[in-house]
Amino acid sequence: MTALLEARRVSKIYGEHRIGRPRPVALEDFSLVIDTDHPSITAVVGESGSGKTTLARLLLGLETPTTGEVLYKGHSLRSLGASNRHAFRRDVQVVFQNPFEVYNPFYTVDHALEVPIAKFLSIRSKQERRAIMMDALAAVGLRPNEILGRYPHQLSGGQRQRIMVARALLLKPKVIIADEPVSMIDVSLRATVLGNLQQLKDELGISIIYITHDLATAYQISRNIIVLYSGSVVEAGDVNRVVPEPQHPYTQLLINSVPWADPERHWTPEPSRAHPMAAGPDACKFANRCPNTMPRCIEHAPPLYRTEPSRLAACYLYDQAPVSGPDGLMAAFGRLDEADGAKSDAAA
Amino acid sequence: MTAPILQVRDLRVQYRTPRGVVQAVDGLSFDLYPGERLGLVGESGSGKTTAALSLLRLIKPPGHIVGGKVVLDGQDLLALPEEGMRHVRLAQIALVPQGAMSSLNPVLLIREQILDGLRDHETGLSSRAQTARVNELLAGVGLEPAVAGMYPHQLSGGMKQRVCIAIAISLRPKVIIADEPTSALDVVVQRRVMETLGKAQEEIGAAVILVGHDMGLMAQFVNRIGIMYAGQLMELSPMKPMFQKPLHPYARALIENTPSLAVKAIPRSIDGSMPSLMELPSGCLFHPRCSYALAACTTERQTLREVRAERRVACWRAEDIAAGAPANAGAATAAGALSPDAAPEKIGLNA
Repeated sequence: MTALLEARRVSKIYGEHRIGRPRPVALEDFSLVIDTDHPSITAVVGESGSGKTTLARLLLGLETPTTGEVLYKGHSLRSLGASNRHAFRRDVQVVFQNPFEVYNPFYTVDHALEVPIAKFLSIRSKQERRAIMMDALAAVGLRPNEILGRYPHQLSGGQRQRIMVARALLLKPKVIIADEPVSMIDVSLRATVLGNLQQLKDELGISIIYITHDLATAYQISRNIIVLYSGSVVEAGDVNRVVPEPQHPYTQLLINSVPWADPERHWTPEPSRAHPMAAGPDACKFANRCPNTMPRCIEHAPPLYRTEPSRLAACYLYDQAPVSGPDGLMAAFGRLDEADGAKSDAAA
Repeated sequence: MTAPILQVRDLRVQYRTPRGVVQAVDGLSFDLYPGERLGLVGESGSGKTTAALSLLRLIKPPGHIVGGKVVLDGQDLLALPEEGMRHVRLAQIALVPQGAMSSLNPVLLIREQILDGLRDHETGLSSRAQTARVNELLAGVGLEPAVAGMYPHQLSGGMKQRVCIAIAISLRPKVIIADEPTSALDVVVQRRVMETLGKAQEEIGAAVILVGHDMGLMAQFVNRIGIMYAGQLMELSPMKPMFQKPLHPYARALIENTPSLAVKAIPRSIDGSMPSLMELPSGCLFHPRCSYALAACTTERQTLREVRAERRVACWRAEDIAAGAPANAGAATAAGALSPDAAPEKIGLNA
């Protein structure tokens, strides 16, 4: 079966390469397959500059990869025909980070919902269109009569972001790419938006790529997690394995830095780094911050090792494990699907 | 007990807008003790930043401080003439601003920005003494002396925020107000910045007011927490007891809402949203969202009062809650992520 959306060995380099300077690689050799048979939520986490937003833009076709391809139903986004492009725009929806910037302030929020209906659904009856809008708003827990006819400035950030989720689900997409959907809204409202996303996955079978820097919410709603550092995947796999027991030193640092809302659990001291070594262009990108740097880390960056059936880590600490291929992410996530049935049996 | 370094009494701040007067801070009172770390927590619109900036008299029109006292070391800052206040700012009470990204001047060297305040308050520093001070301040926040010769765009977000801390502590103030100092930073950098702030504060013996919304950060940094809602303090308690047993229903909701790596579940959200400051509800401001509300809560507002030792709560039911009273049956707040009347059980789209 052809995957709905696939990133195949995608790299993105911004700007030009100047001699003597590191290349500004935003994303390096990234492969991921999103199929629709097993709807799931995959979290992509990393700090600013790790390439997570670049990944979102590549998957949406808003950026063209420098090398590699993003494929929609087997066709490269570079050369999609008109009808395929139309279908792609319908099947792959997005929720952006900032609910304050995505609306045109001159229109009521109805406009944001009407445009996709007009473009993608051939519905003539005004009543029917309104019914669809109302259903979508109700599906994200909003009361349509409090929303329709209002201008964006009359609504809270949480309401605006939920309308964006409603807009995304109007078209019954197969995939929603959510780029930091809750980082701009208040804590008390985040749970609602995250709950909406989870509900879309469970009830409509929509796969979600949840891009965030917030490990706690990633842990809460996703099944798989991909940790990016400086454009490369450093660790990936089953979120229930990765978060409680991170393997890559960067993931460990990340998880130890999360402030726990528990006065008894203090920030653990940051491990001191190994003596800094001059890192070459091929070195592991984390080498100059890593407490475990070895000479070989400087010479050549480690590949992704398959440390467990359902997880990968790019670190020489795990060089006993087999090296994973370019489709390693899917293998690790796929193993998870196979294991799912067995797991629920065991639980019962 | 030592005398408080800062006493805030009945502070009132209004924004006068064409559509009416907004009471952004309504009768805020608290004491801050030397060396203490106090957290001021609330959602956006709760008045926490307005309150913090009012302590420095940095509120600009249409905002106005309309009443109250801010007594710093025996001196009422609100009674000072503007020139007198200029001498107090930075020297005695300093600000670490929100969004370090945009609070440094992009066309001045870091050295000049650190010296700006120093020169104003301590005239006659020799050029050598100035360089020594800059290097010492940078070292105090873990930055290399070379940073002095750089422009803000050459620094990362975390480095910029540490420069802001260096500026804030440059005159060894008695009180540092840190307004969401790490809001745009990643967790790893956030931890370093908070550790830097804590170290610098301990070194000069200042008290800190940390303004923010992240209960996790509060648990890691402060000794005492004040929870604000719609311009008022709802609970003011030492941090540990607050986390163990919040006595105000809003404090409780905030703490239970904090996402955690310990439990894999989406936390509950507080139903409803903060009232518009233009149309405040009658009685207790939180009662429309409260799962403990009684009839009395809808008509009469409880003031902040001492319920347990060192714990002040503005809630009629604080004693009941302390004794373990359950929430009202069928309370809307306990409904989980989606309010049942708004969300149909199944998403059905007839496209």
